[in-house]
Amino acid sequence: MLSNLLHINTLWVMASTMILGIAAGGIGCLAYWKRQNLMSDALSHAALPGVVVAFLIIQEKNLLLLVIGAALSALLGAFFIQWFTSASRITEDTAMGMTLSVFYGVGVMLLAIANRSPGGNQSGLNNFIYGQAAAMVRSDVITMVVLAAIVIFIIFIAFKEWKLFLFDPDFAKGIGLSIRGMNVLYTIVLVTTIVIGIQAVGVILMAAMLIIPAVSARYWTHSFKMMILLSSVIGGASGAFGTWVSSTGSGLPTGPFIVLTSAAVFTISLFFGKEHGIVIRYIQFKMQQRSSRLDHQQVMTEKGGRSQ
Amino acid sequence: MSYSMWIILTASLVGLSCGLIGVFLILRKQAMMADGISHTVLLGIVLAYMVTQEVSGPAMLIGGIFAGILTAFLVQTLSSLKVRHDASLGIVFTSLFAIGVILISTSVGNVHLDVKHALMGEITFIPFTTMDIPLIGSIPKATALLLLVLLVVIFFIVAFYKEWKITSFDAALAASLGIPVIFFHYLFMTLVSVTTVASFDAVGAILVVAMLITPAAAAYLWTDKLIVMLFLSGGFGVLSAIIGYWIATWLDTSISGSMALATGCIFFVTFLLSPKHGLISRLVRPAELREEQEA
Amino acid sequence: MVSSVINVDDLSASYQKNKVLNDVGFEVKEGTITAIVGPNGAGKSTLIKTMLGLHPKLTGKVSFWGSSFKTAKKKIGYVPQRGSVDWDFPTDALDVVTMGLYGKIGWFRIPSKKDKEKAMNALKKMGMEAYAHRQISQLSGGQQQRVFLARALAQDAELYFMDEPLAGVDASTEKAIMTILKELKSNGKTVLVVHHDLQTVPEYFDHVLFLNKTVYAYGETEEVFTKDNIATTYGGDMQWVGKGDQYVIQSTSH
Repeated sequence: MLSNLLHINTLWVMASTMILGIAAGGIGCLAYWKRQNLMSDALSHAALPGVVVAFLIIQEKNLLLLVIGAALSALLGAFFIQWFTSASRITEDTAMGMTLSVFYGVGVMLLAIANRSPGGNQSGLNNFIYGQAAAMVRSDVITMVVLAAIVIFIIFIAFKEWKLFLFDPDFAKGIGLSIRGMNVLYTIVLVTTIVIGIQAVGVILMAAMLIIPAVSARYWTHSFKMMILLSSVIGGASGAFGTWVSSTGSGLPTGPFIVLTSAAVFTISLFFGKEHGIVIRYIQFKMQQRSSRLDHQQVMTEKGGRSQ
Repeated sequence: MSYSMWIILTASLVGLSCGLIGVFLILRKQAMMADGISHTVLLGIVLAYMVTQEVSGPAMLIGGIFAGILTAFLVQTLSSLKVRHDASLGIVFTSLFAIGVILISTSVGNVHLDVKHALMGEITFIPFTTMDIPLIGSIPKATALLLLVLLVVIFFIVAFYKEWKITSFDAALAASLGIPVIFFHYLFMTLVSVTTVASFDAVGAILVVAMLITPAAAAYLWTDKLIVMLFLSGGFGVLSAIIGYWIATWLDTSISGSMALATGCIFFVTFLLSPKHGLISRLVRPAELREEQEA
Repeated sequence: MVSSVINVDDLSASYQKNKVLNDVGFEVKEGTITAIVGPNGAGKSTLIKTMLGLHPKLTGKVSFWGSSFKTAKKKIGYVPQRGSVDWDFPTDALDVVTMGLYGKIGWFRIPSKKDKEKAMNALKKMGMEAYAHRQISQLSGGQQQRVFLARALAQDAELYFMDEPLAGVDASTEKAIMTILKELKSNGKTVLVVHHDLQTVPEYFDHVLFLNKTVYAYGETEEVFTKDNIATTYGGDMQWVGKGDQYVIQSTSH
């Protein structure tokens, strides 16, 4: 009976981490081509103060409200990063490092205050921040699945617009696409994915859910469409598999196993990937070397022929 | 010395060594590398604990250095295999951190190490574990370690000052002059790791990042001279430690979190008001002059 | 008998998947100023970087005074493209020029007064002494290029590689740089310059290397700087303006 219940709960959690992985894999491709791989790391840290403030206001763990708090705070972080880079000589990585650590610091301050306040379910809050998918209840799962589904829908519905926006923004502008609008939409979708993912894998590992599947997919295809599909598949599969592994023992954390699963996929892709994989590249290099040696010999014989 | 004086002194040492290292982190465009290393150091500490079965300063230092160099090496390797640099970092540090968390949750268990503590740090307890040093008397262990690390950092910065400058500014020229650029890269990463590990106990992983990057970024907006930038950054680090402690006592909250907030405040004031590169000076300065300079 | 400074044989290199240099071979004599010209993507910068070991080579051999780059390193000066460094770096012009001497100063020592003087002299030669203590981001593009040139002069090398030193600089900087190049030549130094402006080639350089993945022609400017060689190297990327011998050549790829 108990094991059966556990099992059903595990299935629920697996379903939610899988759909989260799909959403993160898709949006990760957009972030990859926007050259903002580490932005997800900065934003997930920047979400912390918003989560705690939301908790301090409502005094209970309601996933949707925590997610809204997190999103607002992450958006504020994104704004600061953008502002610092555009209005001073601070580079983007410095701006990200500052924003993530200072926001996180403020979050830790607020957390200390929240943990002091009487009543309230602080342990739920801690689970939210450090990621404990197993601790999710059914309403959490539903919130997560709905939001992730919206994200996936937005990515896939505007496929060619995303491609244009990422590849050639000037041209996109020329044919009447609003770059500003696309940027806002991109940021909202990115932030949404990050904040719903925090619950499952935690603030720190969320970045991996976006980065690793996208980079792995890059090794198998040149088509943007295939890359997004493949990245989503890798993300979803890692989510489900990682959750399953962590459910086999008691007290095993979910997030790290998800991350290690996708890291394993990445390693395989890095070596054996069809495009730019190490093995393929080595063979190409050797072939080029040989062909240029042949060329050289040919040229030498031609030269020899001419001089005679 | 009183309890709070020890805390301020310890935090100031963190601010000073992080501030100095941070200057080169920013100039070498490796700010996020500090973020990565501050996370992977956790793995190093866990491994050190598994090997020695105790939480000791030297073992943690060695473990941390190992993890830091491993991170730098893996990122470098992936980048040389044409993976984008920021993606390489994102892959490496999250994976190593994940391994660290799994090791903690399985083998090391609830002994003395927990992820939350490592990430947030707890400077409050620092004055309670002390050691005796001849002539000086009893001082907290973490403080002694930080003092040692600060001396090491200062030594390396002074000894290789011109090498740091040239490898940061123009690595290609440095290489063509016969300066071992790769060696300095790894030496620098070692210094980052050492500083991170030593500061770890006091302020926690993520707040080390605040101390490393933010004071240096503020200093970068004040001056155009490297040497001045180093002094300013170190000074801002110490100032953040003091202001942070004051905020923390005032609001009765996390000391390390407050210190991170203090670094942020210093940067933000700089960003708005710095006479050289601040927002207001940019707005005031005529536009033509700016264009001429940027052209 | 003028001895040869550089020997390049069967050099090839690739950039990502594409082969950008193929079977490059030439020999440079001492005391010459050579322009390396060719269309965009012809591998001009890659050639220099490969010769200096900053880019891996697939095949081939490069030797300087008959020995490897490593042994000859001290006698070679390199002026990278201006865009290759971050001009926001907190340092001033004199300091950048002093960096050219770091290889000679040695470990654990700071630049001496004499080194600073040497750097200052190099700045003077480029007409930049008034800007010695100016932060480098506050210099104009031409002034930044002069600082780079001054740094190479301070190195006091025998052989110089310069990557597009005349790109995007004002007329007075161009003149100053060319004066220095002539002076280097008269002192018996050898200079290789990646150059993009075909019009000024006959005026500025005594040798030309036509490069488009491989060497199309190399020799004295008078002999090889012909319409034919230009046309074959640049393919269709050329525009001929004017009539008879009074033509102006423009590369449409710019």
